[in-house]
Amino acid sequence: MLARRVIPCLDVHDGKVTRGVQFGRAEEGGLKSVGDPVELARRYNDQGADEMVFFDITASAHNRSSMIDVIERTADCCFMPLTVGGGIRTVEDMGLMLQAGADKVSINSSALANPQLIHSGASKYGSQCIVVSIDVKRGLDQRWEVFSAGGRKNTGRLAVEWAYEAVRLGAGEIVLNSIDADGTKAGFDLEITRRVSESVGVPVVASGGAGTLDHMADVLLIGCADAVLAASIFHYGTYTVRQVKEHLAKRGIPVRLV
Amino acid sequence: MIALLDYGAGNIRSVEKALRFVGAEVQRMASPDSLSGAHGVVLPGVGAFDDCINSMQRQELLGATRDWIRSGRPFLGICVGYQALFERSEEFNSCALGLGVFGGPVVRFQPTAGEPALKIPQIGWNQVELTSDKCPLFQGIPTGSYFYFVHSFFPKPEDASVVASYTQYGKPFASAVWKDNVYATQFHPEKSQANGLRLLKNFVDLAGR
Repeated sequence: MLARRVIPCLDVHDGKVTRGVQFGRAEEGGLKSVGDPVELARRYNDQGADEMVFFDITASAHNRSSMIDVIERTADCCFMPLTVGGGIRTVEDMGLMLQAGADKVSINSSALANPQLIHSGASKYGSQCIVVSIDVKRGLDQRWEVFSAGGRKNTGRLAVEWAYEAVRLGAGEIVLNSIDADGTKAGFDLEITRRVSESVGVPVVASGGAGTLDHMADVLLIGCADAVLAASIFHYGTYTVRQVKEHLAKRGIPVRLV
Repeated sequence: MIALLDYGAGNIRSVEKALRFVGAEVQRMASPDSLSGAHGVVLPGVGAFDDCINSMQRQELLGATRDWIRSGRPFLGICVGYQALFERSEEFNSCALGLGVFGGPVVRFQPTAGEPALKIPQIGWNQVELTSDKCPLFQGIPTGSYFYFVHSFFPKPEDASVVASYTQYGKPFASAVWKDNVYATQFHPEKSQANGLRLLKNFVDLAGR
């Protein structure tokens, strides 16, 4: 049986893993450094993480070359799936990350600005490589709106419609981030996760809000997510990946225990 | 030495690293010239069937691979490198002819009406149920072990006796095949942590470093 995945996310800035609260931004100094990305990746690899996401939070040209270095060094010692996001704007950018050892690339604002990028990437590297990450915020009347530019700009698009469109264009996976829940440790937005997961035929990764073990189980069981992504609770050592998986198994969710 | 066929597959670096990690001497081969010095051949892959076959054709690797397999020397195909061993694919607009080492088509997962609906592509870790304990590739790897999959298509071998393992996704499908010295897996051993490294080591051991 296919296991549900537990995915630590490493927000990388200037070669270090950082963590902000509610889309905190590097330039505002609202980030804490929590360690060396390759060292953290090794730890999560040993804990039995199913996949790892590296996210370039500043997406500058300088940061891109340091990200390539991080991916290469991680792929040298961690033989597991790696995803890279942040600052990927062209098919060439995708190629650089895949060559460095990434298995999937995740695009967000660049896909909103140019939806054809999804199609071009999927045509060249296959849908299984192309992840579309969507930042959503709950609005009025049960509408979830899509934001770009790290949560700064309301695109006027609705979450379910954009997810459906992204998949139609060739996205092989959707990562759904709740801006309201991100960094709060108050739980995932179960409702929008379930709505998106039930309206697209590809896997959906839930992100933003993991604080307790039951939050993770709830978004898989009630939110119908295929995977959970979290950062703070792993970086600060609140839980190990293994502890999360043992809890999920107790709640009857299929997981890979190693 | 293990020859790693380099036809432009995106994941070649990962496969190369993993083979080196288990002690293999690896050389990337973009043309058929130096295959004769190899102990084993690995065909990696990710993406589309036609891209794989057409690129191999262009680089004259298709005939060379067929000759290598015919000669009975060790061969390992991964993901699309597994699918390439079959005759044809039902991918959209596919017209390339595969290596035809095994009979049968490469088909797509079918969405089911069941609850919860089958997500396509299959992405993640799934269990591999071995059909026997004899396959040298799986020595030391218990049946039911998890491997990493990422794919929308899978081969349907005509001859069930070549199936080394089945995996359940909607229905069971052939997740690995084995015949004589030809081995192939739908999952990615190079991304499957300890189990994957053990499998690659088994291949390198049987082929010779």
